[in-house]
Amino acid sequence: MGGFLSSNSFVIAQVGICVVIWVALQLSAAVMVYMERKVCAYLQQRVGPNRVGYAGLLQPIADVVKLLFKEELRPAAADPLLFALAPIIAATAAFAAFAVVPFGGSTTLLGLLDQPLQLGVADVNVGVLVVFAITSMGVYGIVLAGWSSNSKYSLLGGLRSSAQMISYELSYGTALAAVILLANSMSLRDIVNAQSGALFGFIPQFRWFLWFQPIGFLIFFTAGIAETNRAPFDFPEAEQELVAGYHTEYSSMSFGMFFLAEYINMVTVSAVATDLYLGGWWFPFVPESLGWLVFLAKISVLLFFYLWMRWSLPRYRYDQLMTFGWKFLLPAAVLNLIATAACVLYFGL
Amino acid sequence: MLFYFFGALAVIASLLVIAQRNPVYSVLLLITSFGALSGLYILLDAPFAAAIQIIVYAGAIMVLFLFVVMLLNAPHEDTDQDERTHPMLRPGPMRFGAALAVALIVELGWALSRSGISGRFPATPVTSVQAIGRSLYTDYAFQFEVTSVLILVAMVGAVLMARREEQPGGKH
Repeated sequence: MGGFLSSNSFVIAQVGICVVIWVALQLSAAVMVYMERKVCAYLQQRVGPNRVGYAGLLQPIADVVKLLFKEELRPAAADPLLFALAPIIAATAAFAAFAVVPFGGSTTLLGLLDQPLQLGVADVNVGVLVVFAITSMGVYGIVLAGWSSNSKYSLLGGLRSSAQMISYELSYGTALAAVILLANSMSLRDIVNAQSGALFGFIPQFRWFLWFQPIGFLIFFTAGIAETNRAPFDFPEAEQELVAGYHTEYSSMSFGMFFLAEYINMVTVSAVATDLYLGGWWFPFVPESLGWLVFLAKISVLLFFYLWMRWSLPRYRYDQLMTFGWKFLLPAAVLNLIATAACVLYFGL
Repeated sequence: MLFYFFGALAVIASLLVIAQRNPVYSVLLLITSFGALSGLYILLDAPFAAAIQIIVYAGAIMVLFLFVVMLLNAPHEDTDQDERTHPMLRPGPMRFGAALAVALIVELGWALSRSGISGRFPATPVTSVQAIGRSLYTDYAFQFEVTSVLILVAMVGAVLMARREEQPGGKH
């Protein structure tokens, strides 16, 4: 029995990581729901949820229970198969994207394992592209939800979403390409480790790509907000015009799955941005073994930024969004890429 | 084992694409087929090609297809009407199509019967992104540039066709 455990402990630990990520992503959605309401409340000088549990901490659980006990409705004219499939696609894509995102260095779990275990589900040598590919699959969940509901608000929401995601994916990918040039690799783990050097030669573990790619980071994060359909780019679900956009006809847990997908996508975009620009789990004078805490802190900052944006900025107009994406963001991203390529060639970074 | 799974999935999904009445389902099955192809690329040790297959075909082109299908809002092909009015369904074009299909089957059979001899990969398989990029920009630079120009021309043509005619004396 002992032999079995030691020889298989590595596999067990890896399965454990998958489970931990799965649970953590779901919990992160719950935390984000709570934080969204709290941050919103404070920005509007209210108190926010404070009845369920200490300081309203159990509010997300109450919300989920409420959702679960609601009746699952399906419009009579809806396409039954696609109507059921759409939220599943959205949620699956959201979870799957995190599979290639590394969130810490290697660990032996305080000596429990013979060989060090990399913190992250899979290390693919084209990891950046895989994240990109899975994110682009997520749009089908939204588009199909809009189409299969057979309602004009849903259809318009779905169409807007697909147009928006196609437009902003280009800037997103072009900003990514500049980082790939700097790191000379497409593996997210390699990209993070390329940022572990010293900045100016004396601040250790601080050679983040943010300092080399400030414009690239802004473009990436802006496009990321548009990709996740968050304010000020939340057109697919603009309440004033489209009721609730693509999920107008959804209720109960199938609505919950869209909600879950949206929050998990935010976490994924923040995690990828952390890996690409903010040095992943590296922070000056913090040992690699505590890296996952650093990673968590960085993601939290970015997520707070998301909420801050949502409750501070008004929504754009739809044609402004398209003009901004195609006539400003994309040219800026291409120029950034060309400048980066020239610098890499000239200085040999 | 995985090869047969992905292969069967690709073939069945592709066949179902043309068997569907509802174009939205056709688009979805085509995406499934692309996904299975991407799985086959991974089995061939070409993760880059697999990721690009998903990003370009399944992620970008098929979204546009779905977009068009949804905008045209054609839930069912009206086959009764098509049979009478569609020019491709008259006897002449149909015989031509049948001849083409037979030719395709003969060619495929010929190619498959020879693949045992000639279907060898080069000695050093090009799988890494660096290697693909290097050969694209050195050995195949001319073909690469020609393809780019071709796509650019197609884009210019599309923009020209989609451009709204300027009305005399005012915008729009």
